Formats: sequence, structure tokens, C-alpha cells
Amino acid sequence: MGEKFLMKGNEAIAEAAIRNGCIHFFGYPITPQTEVSAYMSKVLPKIGGTFLQAESEIAAINMVLGAASCGVRAMTSSSSPGISLKSEGISYIAGSDLPCVILNVMRGGPGLGGIQPSQADYWQATRALGHGDFQLLVFAPATVQEIVDLIGTAFDLADKYRMPALILADGILGQMMEPVEFPEKKEAPASAKPYATTGTRFGTPEARKPNIVNSLYLKPDQLEKTVVDRFARYEIVKANEVRVEEYLTEDADIVAVAYGATARVVRSAVEMAREEGIRAGLLRPITVWPFPEEAVARAAGHAKALLAVEMSMGQMVDDVRLAANGACPVSFFGRTGGIVPSPAEVLDQLRALAR
Amino acid sequence: MIQTFQRMIVITGHYGSGKTSIAANLALDLARQEPVTLVDLDIVNPYFRSADLREPLETAGVRLIAPVYANTNLDSPVLPPEIAGIFRPESGRAVLDVGGDDAGAIALGQYASRLEAGGYDLCYVINSRRYLTRKPQEAAELLGEIERVSRLKAGWLINNTNLGPETTLELVRESLAYGEQVSALTGVPVAFNCVRRDLPSWESIPNAFPLALPF
Repeated sequence: MGEKFLMKGNEAIAEAAIRNGCIHFFGYPITPQTEVSAYMSKVLPKIGGTFLQAESEIAAINMVLGAASCGVRAMTSSSSPGISLKSEGISYIAGSDLPCVILNVMRGGPGLGGIQPSQADYWQATRALGHGDFQLLVFAPATVQEIVDLIGTAFDLADKYRMPALILADGILGQMMEPVEFPEKKEAPASAKPYATTGTRFGTPEARKPNIVNSLYLKPDQLEKTVVDRFARYEIVKANEVRVEEYLTEDADIVAVAYGATARVVRSAVEMAREEGIRAGLLRPITVWPFPEEAVARAAGHAKALLAVEMSMGQMVDDVRLAANGACPVSFFGRTGGIVPSPAEVLDQLRALAR
Repeated sequence: MIQTFQRMIVITGHYGSGKTSIAANLALDLARQEPVTLVDLDIVNPYFRSADLREPLETAGVRLIAPVYANTNLDSPVLPPEIAGIFRPESGRAVLDVGGDDAGAIALGQYASRLEAGGYDLCYVINSRRYLTRKPQEAAELLGEIERVSRLKAGWLINNTNLGPETTLELVRESLAYGEQVSALTGVPVAFNCVRRDLPSWESIPNAFPLALPF
């Protein structure tokens, strides 16, 4: 660790990506994530990288597909409506078994919605970021420092499992400034990418057959096999890559479940509840796919109630209910449209459940 | 110190260097003695804006001119026409909070001749703990860009080195050398060193300007 700097979430994610060997970035501006592009545009040309402001989000994600096909670390970022536009390309990247990192700094929706923070793209991130049978690795940082720490993990795991990783942030995290430290600069691991289209060296003794990156399989049995193989890989991810933080959950009667910036609000509410003698705790998924099912099931086994808190009308609460599997009641509290729930509002919910 | 500034004070700097905070705090200080208008010229970033401080500012008698769209924090990138009023000499003090970097300073260019005519001090805010201006050379280059697009010349540097909630007096003290280095490279003197008023013995910082309002 080195010196501390004061950085916006958006700037920190850009710098962390660069430090993790991602020097190819393709994006299109949209509030509240434009600083990612602005930062990349300032820094990448000076270090021999590629910054390209594409003509659209669709073009940007397909440039990521192209770069990832060549075996380099590539990234794009956007906010909610822009991520919807990228969904076809993301499906193609997943179907081509390519790694990349995508950032969604969520804002209120649907449609153009608003520009203030939101978490209403949870279903999109974990259920349907494009057509077809596939999953993404989805990370949900709660602080600017955690953004920095997770971006390296996201690139590493995307490479390891050959699948896209999504950083699911929100307007608060993108815009807020916090002190951060960067781990020592680490080069992208020279992990073998035998699938990469790096040239066949035709006419030389090292000549090889062309690599073809593709997501088209017209024979149903072949397509089924590729999808089934991919899902076998997802099982390995689910068994090994779940990340979760638990705060005061051990003896808790009421366990709140929240991710991202909302988890910070809930943490304050949990501390206020504890001062009143209410045994409350916080379970914070750091990966939302794979979802921390075991931790939630464990909490449901001893708590009187679970409370999902989100900046949406209730999306992650589905995963909480599935994991709780009826072991205890699961309730929901949320604000939407760009409104951030206050600790006092969440405290009221905890009090009501404690009664 | 701040009373000796020209009638119009223009606050520029890198994104996130603390321009809005400093502009608001300057306006509050000046409002104790004379009428002050705070003009929000930031059409680059719609988060963390002077409009968020409307209540404490107006309570202290500061007039706020800020781009407002449908009473939300969402800006239309259009500057309000009332800005023209600040160039009348009888309109009192004006503090102009400009958007970040050269991109934000573009909005300033259209007022260059009227600022020249009315007398201004352009202040450039620096924070050695902002990643892209941590080297004095980087901070100096950015000022050159801001001066180029705004067609104005900087009169002062404002050292606002901080790490948000983790700011300490030691950190501010260490940054004095950085301020002097930027000053040597640009030929622009340091007006003052900002320090959070809630830090015990903030007065020990030489040439300190205490900040009361957040961000």
C-alpha cells in the first residue's frame, strides 16, 4: 500500500483498472459515470493504451468483444440505460466465453429515468443482462476503497472463468469522494489465453490453425453442449467465489440484507438499533452473483426476521427469499427513483420487526 | 486576506479539488460585511453542488444563482440570465464557482471581457491528494489549460489539500511545500491554506482559511 489519495468512485475504478493491466477502454458518456471515460481519456494515451469514445454504447461493448477476442484486458462502463443498450453485446461476449469487465453506475429508471442513485438494475445484472442462458460475475462494492480492491478480483476471475464480470455500483459510489490506497501496481498475469486471435504466424515453423471466436452454433446438440459446459463452470464459481460481509449477525434477531451504498445506510441503522437494545445485524453481499445463499440461509435459521433494503421496489429480496426458503419471514423496505433511504427510515423498519 | 480580493472572485480547479466548498465558505465569510452573490457556473457535473447548500447560504444572506431544472439536482446545461447582473459595479461581491478542469472553465470564457472590465481575482484550487494533480507539474499544466480556455489569468492559488474525513493537520502542514512548488512553477502566489474548522488547533497552520461548510 502506498500514499492515500482523495478520489471519486468513478476515478478510482478507472485508475484501479489501469493498474490491473486494463489499458483498453471503450465507452460512451452518461451521468453519473462519465468521469470513468474522462479519466481514461486523460491517462490511457500517455501510457500506450487505447481510449475510444464510441459512437454508441452498442459500438463500445462490441469493441470490448473485439479486444477481449485478442486476449487483452478490456473494459467498458455506463449507467443504467446505457447498460440496456449493451445487453446484446454482453450476451455475445458470454456466448463466446470471453473475459471483460463492465461497470454499471446505476441511476433511477425505467426509461431515461433520472440521474440520481438507484439499485433498480439488480434483476438485469443477475437475471437477464442479455438473451440466452448465461450468468455474469457481479460484484457490489460499498466503498470507494472496495471498488479499488474488487476491480483486480473482477479482472482475475473473469480471466480465470472466461466470463464477463460486472461491477454493480450506483450514483453515490460513482460520485462520492473518499480516501483510497492502491495496492502495488500489478501487471496483468500472463495467463495463457489459447483462444485469443493473436495471429497464426502463417509460413513460420510456429504456424498454428486460426482461432475463431464465435457464439453461433447452428447444431442444437453442439449449442446445448456449450451451454451445459458453461453452466458446469458456473457451479465451480458458485462453490468458490461467493463473497459476503457479516456485521453483528451472530446473535441477531433481525438481520438486514443490503448491498452497495445502501448497506452503509443500513449499517448506521443497525448501530442505532443496537443502542436501543434491538439485536439487529447486517448481511452484505459483496458478490450478488453468485449470491451468498448459505450465509442468508444461516441467518434465516436463527433470526426472527430478515429485512431486505434496496434502492428499488424490491429485486434482491427475491434472492433473499429463495435462500431463506421459508425458515423465517422476509420483509422489504426500499426507496426508488433516485431517493436514498435514510438511517432513520431503516431504523423504523427494524423497530417494527423487533416488536 | 479575502477582503483584499477584487470585487469578483473566480474559483477554478481540478475536479473534486474543493471549489464548491471554498466558494461557499468564502461567500459566507464575505457576507458578514457586504452583499454577496454566489454564482454556480458548473455545467459539467450535476452531483454535489452549491444548490445543495442553498439553505445555510441564504440564511447567512448570500444570494445564490444556480442552474436549476425542475427543482431537482438535475441541470440543464444553460447558465441563468441573472448572471449578467453581477457585472454591474453596484451589485456587490460575487463569488463564481466554476466547473472542474479546463472543461468546466469553458463556461467562463464568455464572461472574460466583463470580468476584465469589472476587476476579478481568479483563484486556482489545488489538492496534492488528488490523483491527477499530485505532482506540482501536473497541477501547473492544468492551470495553463484553464487559463487558455477561460482567457483569464490566475491571481492566486488556494491550497486545499485534504483527504476528506481523514484530513489531519500534519497532512495540511506537509502540503505547504507542494503549494510553494506549484507557486514556483506558475508564478502565482498562494493566497491561503484551507483547513477544516473542526480540526483542533487549525489556527497553527500558517495563513489558514478555516472551512465551516461541508464538501
